[in-house]
Amino acid sequence: MISVTPGGNSLAARLAPQVRISESSPTTSEREAPLRFQISDLNFFYGSKQAVFGLNLKIPKNRVTALIGPSGCGKSTFLRTLNRMNETVRNTRFDGQILLDGQDIREMDVVGLRRRVGMVFQRPNPFPKSIYDNVAYGLRINGYKGRLDDLVEHSLHRAALWEEVKDFLHKSAFALSGGQQQRLCIARALAVDPEVLLLDEPCSALDPVTTAKIEELMFQLKDSCTMVIVTHNMQQAARASDFTAFMLDGKLIEHNETPKLFTTPSDPRTEAYITGRFG
Amino acid sequence: MERHFEHDFDELKQRLLWMGSLAERAVHQGVQAVLDAEENLAEAVLTEEDAINEMQIEIDERVQRLLALQQPMAADLRFLLAVSRINGDLERIGDQAVNIAQSAMRILRHPQVKPYVDLPRMSELAEAMVRDSLNALVRGDVELAESVLRRDDQVDRLRDQLFRELLTYMMENSAVVFPSFELILVAKNLERIGDHATNIAEDVIYFVAGRDVRHPALDRR
Repeated sequence: MISVTPGGNSLAARLAPQVRISESSPTTSEREAPLRFQISDLNFFYGSKQAVFGLNLKIPKNRVTALIGPSGCGKSTFLRTLNRMNETVRNTRFDGQILLDGQDIREMDVVGLRRRVGMVFQRPNPFPKSIYDNVAYGLRINGYKGRLDDLVEHSLHRAALWEEVKDFLHKSAFALSGGQQQRLCIARALAVDPEVLLLDEPCSALDPVTTAKIEELMFQLKDSCTMVIVTHNMQQAARASDFTAFMLDGKLIEHNETPKLFTTPSDPRTEAYITGRFG
Repeated sequence: MERHFEHDFDELKQRLLWMGSLAERAVHQGVQAVLDAEENLAEAVLTEEDAINEMQIEIDERVQRLLALQQPMAADLRFLLAVSRINGDLERIGDQAVNIAQSAMRILRHPQVKPYVDLPRMSELAEAMVRDSLNALVRGDVELAESVLRRDDQVDRLRDQLFRELLTYMMENSAVVFPSFELILVAKNLERIGDHATNIAEDVIYFVAGRDVRHPALDRR
C-alpha cells in the first residue's frame, strides 16, 4: 500500500484527507511502474508465413495487460512467444528481442523461463490425476524439498479454490466443474510461484459467475504476479486489466491505459473494433 | 458493418433534438411574452413544461437501457454520456423558460419600463447558442461547438449592461422597481440558458473529439 493524494496538486487533493490506495491501482501509469517484459521489434514466423510484425511493447510489473483484437490477429501467438511456448510448434521462429527483467529470454534455460512465466489455457486441462497431485506436479518435477501439503494448500487458496475442494483433495480433478478445473489449472501454475502468468482466453468456456471469480482472482494476484491476458471479451478486458493492447493483422495498433483505450482510443481502427464496427 | 442498435442510437438523438426544440421554443415564447405583451405566450410555456419533463425521463430511460444492454465503448459510450448530460441541461433550460414566463406575467401587470433593445438581442443570442450546440451534436461539428463557447461572454456582457441600465431606472423612479427587478431576473435566466448551451457544447466536443474542455484552468494530469 502507498499513500497518495488524488489529482496531484489539485484543490480537491489539497482539501481531501490523505487516502490510501493499493499500489496496483491503475492510476499509476506505465511510465512510473517498473517493467517486467520489454519487447522490441518482434517478428514471428510460422514457416514462411509472418504472424507478428515489428511489435514493440512494454509490460509493467504487477499489472494486468490485456491483448485484444480479432481472431487471427496474432495475439495468442504473441502471448506464447513470451515463454517460448511456440517452440513446441515445428517450423516457427522469431526475431527481435524479448527481455524479462532485463534478460533476453532466448538466452535463458527454457524450463526455468516457463517456471517463471506460467500459462493458463483457454480450456481447462487438468492432468488425469487427483486435485492434490495436479497442484503438486510442478513442485515435484522442480525437486521441491519442503512440505508439499502446505504449498498445495497455499496455491489452492491463492486460486480461490481451497474452500471448495479441501475435503476431497485426493479425488480426480475431472470431478470438478469447468470453472473449478480452470482455477485448479491456475493453482497448478501458481504452485511454482511464477512472476508472470499468461492467460489465453481463460474464461471463454466459463459461465458469468465463474468468470467473475477468475477476474477477482486476477485482481488479488496482482500484488505478486504480472499477468497478460488474451481475451475476446471486451468487457472483460475493460474490467480486469490495467493496460490494453489492440492488435490487428499481426501489428500492435494501440497500447494504452485501459480506461483511456476504452473511452477515448487514439487510433480509428481501435475505435472501430471496440465499438463493434468490424472484427 | 451496420450494428443492430444503430437505430436505437439514431432514435435517441432524434428524441433529444425534439426535446431541444421544445426547450428552445419555450425560451422564445417566454421572452416574446414580455416583448409583445402577450400573456397567453407565457401561459403556453407553463403548459408545455410537462412535455419537456416527460422527455427528460424518456431519454434517461433510453440511455439506461442502451448502457445496460449494449455496454458501449469509446465513441458510443461518450455519446451516451453526452446525451445524458445534455438531457439534464435541456430540462434546466425548460425550467429557466418557466421562470422567464412567470416573470413575464408579473411584468405585464405594470407599464413598460423602457424600450426593449438588449433583451431581444440577448434572447436571440441564447436561443442561437442552444440551437447551434444541438446542431453541433447532429453534425459532430467541433468548430460549431467551440463557437458556442465563445459566444457565452457576449450574453454575459449583455446581462451586465441590462443590469446597470435597469439599476439607473430603479434609482430614478421607485415606481419601476418591481418590473425592473423582474426584467433583471429574465436577463439572469437568459444568461443561465447561455451557460447550459455552453455545457451542451462542451459535451459535444467530448463526444466527438474525446476532449474534456470543461474548466480549462484546472491542471489535469
